[in-house]
Amino acid sequence: MIQHPYWVMFATIVSKEITRFTRIWPQTLLPPAITMLLYFIIFGNLIGSRIGTMGGLDYMSFIVPGLIMMSVITNSYGNVSSSFFSNKFQRSIEEMLVAPVPNWVILAGFVGGGMLRGLIVAGIVTLVSLFFTSLQVHSLAVMLLVVLLTAMVFSLAGLINGVFARKFDDISIIPTFVLTPLTYLGGVFFSITLLPSIWQSLAMANPILYMVNAFRYGVHGVSDIPVLWALALLSLLAGVFWFWALRLLSIGKGLKQ
Amino acid sequence: MHAIEIKNLNKTYDNGFVALKDISFSIAEGDFFALLGPNGAGKSTTLGILCGLVRKTSGQVRVMGRDLDQDPQAVRRLLGVVPQEFNFNQFEKVDDIIYNQAGYYGLSRRQVRPQLETLLKALDLWDKRDSQARQLSGGMKRRLMIARALIHQPKLIILDEPTAGVDIEIRRSMWQFMRELNQQGTSIILTTHYLEEAENLCPNLAIIQKGEIIANTSTKALLSQMEQTTFVLDSFATLDHLPMLPEVQLQALSATSFSLQLPKGADLAQVMASLQQHGIRVQSIRPQSNRLEELFMQLVQQPKAQQPKAQQSKAKAVTGQSTGSRPTSEV
Ligand SMILES: Nc1ncnc2c1ncn2[C@@H]1O[C@H](COP(=O)(O)OP(=O)(O)OP(=O)(O)O)[C@@H](O)[C@H]1O
Ligand SMILES: [Mg+2]
Repeated sequence: MIQHPYWVMFATIVSKEITRFTRIWPQTLLPPAITMLLYFIIFGNLIGSRIGTMGGLDYMSFIVPGLIMMSVITNSYGNVSSSFFSNKFQRSIEEMLVAPVPNWVILAGFVGGGMLRGLIVAGIVTLVSLFFTSLQVHSLAVMLLVVLLTAMVFSLAGLINGVFARKFDDISIIPTFVLTPLTYLGGVFFSITLLPSIWQSLAMANPILYMVNAFRYGVHGVSDIPVLWALALLSLLAGVFWFWALRLLSIGKGLKQ
Repeated sequence: MHAIEIKNLNKTYDNGFVALKDISFSIAEGDFFALLGPNGAGKSTTLGILCGLVRKTSGQVRVMGRDLDQDPQAVRRLLGVVPQEFNFNQFEKVDDIIYNQAGYYGLSRRQVRPQLETLLKALDLWDKRDSQARQLSGGMKRRLMIARALIHQPKLIILDEPTAGVDIEIRRSMWQFMRELNQQGTSIILTTHYLEEAENLCPNLAIIQKGEIIANTSTKALLSQMEQTTFVLDSFATLDHLPMLPEVQLQALSATSFSLQLPKGADLAQVMASLQQHGIRVQSIRPQSNRLEELFMQLVQQPKAQQPKAQQSKAKAVTGQSTGSRPTSEV
């Protein structure tokens, strides 16, 4: 049986990405497991027991969905930005550029790899959380949709970052100064109903708030925001980033002289 | 059909540097073609444009009749590329690098497994197939890039200094390998600084200098332009003085050796006979440098107005300075 060439190209890029992040698992798969273990012990168990309930849930159950989303965001983004940048830096990206791989297949391959890393880490974090709390599934469809779209949005964003990056430092700027603050303020640890109303409206401008709450809805059935808005926002971001990234690849930004 | 047809190609880099100035040349299908020129002449720029890694500023490029702008994917399928600099992931294994490259051409591992084995064995890398690329020596890395470029059995291969840093024995086996590849019908374009390599392998060539083509002809025709050949001779006995001979110029190099400039058309056997008559017993004779190398130096060192005919006076100045034979010297 002969597979379609585009499928072979796509599968090659994805499996190369899997090989990469599993080869360096102490840098890619282990750290989120340890970080999240600490979050669960400290915030969930030690501090959480004093906080009582949040948004109608006990604190541990409240933070678990947010922490899973946090792992998906950082890992999808980090996987694609660093893999794409190092492919560019080592020039091994040229292996794809001299071959008849369409740009959308290159894009899909890197994004597929980033999404897989995000999902695998989400799975690991979920397993770790099961030692501390039990999770329910309010809506599997919403859970899956939110997780997949979030992984896709941040994989695409990571690739765009990798395209613009000229040195290794350039791929840590956005995670440090944009993603981390937005995640911490994005309702992972608290319900925005606790905020004074002016801060509440400001928090509503944070896209990560929507992802976290929509996922929490999928798990527990509670959310600070309408879930449909979150899905619409995620789809919009995915569309915009997809075409932006594709455009960058087709003009050869940072790749061709 | 032409393997490559380049018309009025220009390249200006983003920093304003003009690397190619309106160059045109073509390569027949099945040819083994050398693109020669000093460092920075624009060879890699030209090859980069062919394989899509460098954007041309203007001009037309066709590969096997396919236009690079209109049908870039078809062009890429026809090409195999061996770049000048290592561009694989150093942490990947040798066979993974090649399998992945096949994958980028849409070929599955199963489809290319026999070809991979043939290539790795022919290039003497079979034992290294499970090693990480960074564990290979420099010469092995070059051969890895050749295997990678051939996995999809391209019609045309682009070799940008494939034998740089490769030892003599392996270089010769690579020549044999490339020659066989060419005989099987693959067109090849090669850049190299080893002119002996070009002279041995390539029936046709172009010389590029400062972004312009200064010669584009058959190697034979170019060599026949040579006005003279310089030889180095060693004698058995110490030489007190050198005789004056008609036609040829002799110049002492050491107590027992001298150079001999033989003009085009002169009879070397006659010259040797007259040396003998003058009591000089010659122990050995060799060309002072590779013939193409001598001509190359004559061509690239003269002002453009005098090209492409090799200039006698300049040539003397150049060849007179260097001594000894350097059959595989780098230019
Ligand atoms: N990205 C770039 N930006 C600006 N100038 C460049 C760039 N790449 C190459 N050049 C310049 O273009 C000229 C031609 O370079 P090229 O690499 O084509 O030379 P070459 O003939 O391959 O030389 P070599 O034998 O040293 O490999 C050089 O002067 C080089 O400095
Ligand atoms: Mg070069």
